[in-house]
Amino acid sequence: MDYDLFLRYGPSLLRGFGMTILCWAAGTALGMLIGFLLALARRLPIPGLSWVLRAYIEVVRGTPFLVQLFLLYSGGPFIGIRLDATTAGIVGLGIYGSAYFAEIFRGGFAAVPKGYVEAAESLALPPGAILRRVVVPTMLISILPALVNMMIILTKETVVLSILTVPELMYEAQTMAAETFAAFETIFVMALFYWLLVEVVSRLGRRAERKLTSHLTQKAGAVS
Amino acid sequence: MTDVTASPIAGSSPEDRPMITISHLSKSFGETQVLKDINLTVHKSEVVCLIGPSGSGKSTLLRCLNFLESYEAGEVRMEGRLVGYTEGFPRRKMKNRELRALRREVGMVFQHFNLWPHMTAMENVREALVQVKGLPLEEATAKAEAMLTRVGLADRMHAHPSRLSGGQQQRVAIARVVAMEPHVILFDEPTSALDPELVGEVLQVMKDLAADGMTMVVVTHEMGFAANVADRVAFLDGGHIVEDGPPRQVFHESSEPRVRQFLQTYHERNSF
Ligand SMILES: Nc1ncnc2c1ncn2[C@@H]1O[C@H](COP(=O)(O)OP(=O)(O)OP(=O)(O)O)[C@@H](O)[C@H]1O
Ligand SMILES: [Mg+2]
Repeated sequence: MDYDLFLRYGPSLLRGFGMTILCWAAGTALGMLIGFLLALARRLPIPGLSWVLRAYIEVVRGTPFLVQLFLLYSGGPFIGIRLDATTAGIVGLGIYGSAYFAEIFRGGFAAVPKGYVEAAESLALPPGAILRRVVVPTMLISILPALVNMMIILTKETVVLSILTVPELMYEAQTMAAETFAAFETIFVMALFYWLLVEVVSRLGRRAERKLTSHLTQKAGAVS
Repeated sequence: MTDVTASPIAGSSPEDRPMITISHLSKSFGETQVLKDINLTVHKSEVVCLIGPSGSGKSTLLRCLNFLESYEAGEVRMEGRLVGYTEGFPRRKMKNRELRALRREVGMVFQHFNLWPHMTAMENVREALVQVKGLPLEEATAKAEAMLTRVGLADRMHAHPSRLSGGQQQRVAIARVVAMEPHVILFDEPTSALDPELVGEVLQVMKDLAADGMTMVVVTHEMGFAANVADRVAFLDGGHIVEDGPPRQVFHESSEPRVRQFLQTYHERNSF
């Protein structure tokens, strides 16, 4: 391996990695937010609304991310949406993720035992408090693994942003490969970076899971 | 000027004012009518037990009282206020805000406790004190702790529900309700999910509440509790109130064959 290469391209690869993290974090946050609102809205007793939102989810899940991204970036200006590459990438990632997150949250809502909500309602808790204090904390426990899984999938979907020339890791790596013809080294560093991100995300996920379920799995000796 | 002359209801003591009035209440799930023309009045400080075979509509009736279940005909009134609907015709469901105002006066204890698993016993009791009554956190905490002490759980306050026995969980659930100072408490088979040796501790808490003058409607299979604590027992079968009277009358003098059949089955099952 040509270590000299890493010295020369290190800074741009690191910058690309930073950009990847930024796009991933912002896109994931946006996707979770939209997904949560979608799942919430589908529970409203408004005729037809649930159907429309389901159609949105099916369309987003049924088309390749690459196509969606092109539509947003190249087709957007035709309907007055003009985004720079990075913003388009983040918004696109958010839209793409939102459909999957919406389904995860929908399952989460459905899995909250009815009795918890009825207890809260019979105590006259306002709907917002029931959502924040009872429903979301109980459903997080059951959906956390699925949420982390989706976050991990999205880390890897960020590579698609390179075709919009977002200067993220894939883009920088391609530049490096094109300039140096060092295909193996390039792929090697890229794999390492993505693996690192995934590893951090899944570790944080496991830690959050442990924290959320600590009250269910306390050792008998730890209480009295 | 005195209050007495100004009072429009001078002469009627609060003791005979009906707490709950159920008149011509009917309720269906789809095609099946589950409650049929129910009439029942519960006065202040009364303990009324609802008994009857499985599927007779006891839970449904109880859940109509705080509108966890809607009903399509007849009416339920809590301290004169129509439950779940606005006055007038055609009737419309009341706003969530009004329903909540009504539910503040009506507590409910469930068969499966329904404690929130991510909160400790104390946090379970404190939650509505903060979110509904708007008490400052410290005051709410002190009150929650006092309530838990009252039901004998001073040493288990900071345990999560999963670390409590069924009897302890149900006592937390009762404390959670009583802390809100409701005017009525509805109990839906509060001891049915408990191991036999834990039933007594929960019934004792309920007896104490009754002795304090709490108005209670209790769906139960504990005939001993009904016989000793209830002022009145109502027997439901097939969505009808078949018999309604003092426990003595219902348990010993009923001429209604369905009641006698039910009690006989009960006695056979509970003697060995
Ligand atoms: N949500 C529902 N949807 C449809 N049918 C229901 C529903 N809840 C209750 N029922 C039906 O209504 C009838 C009365 O049920 P309910 O739970 O009130 O009986 P119960 O007297 O409380 O019985 P148990 O002693 O078993 O608790 C039953 O036939 C039941 O199957
Ligand atoms: Mg029942």
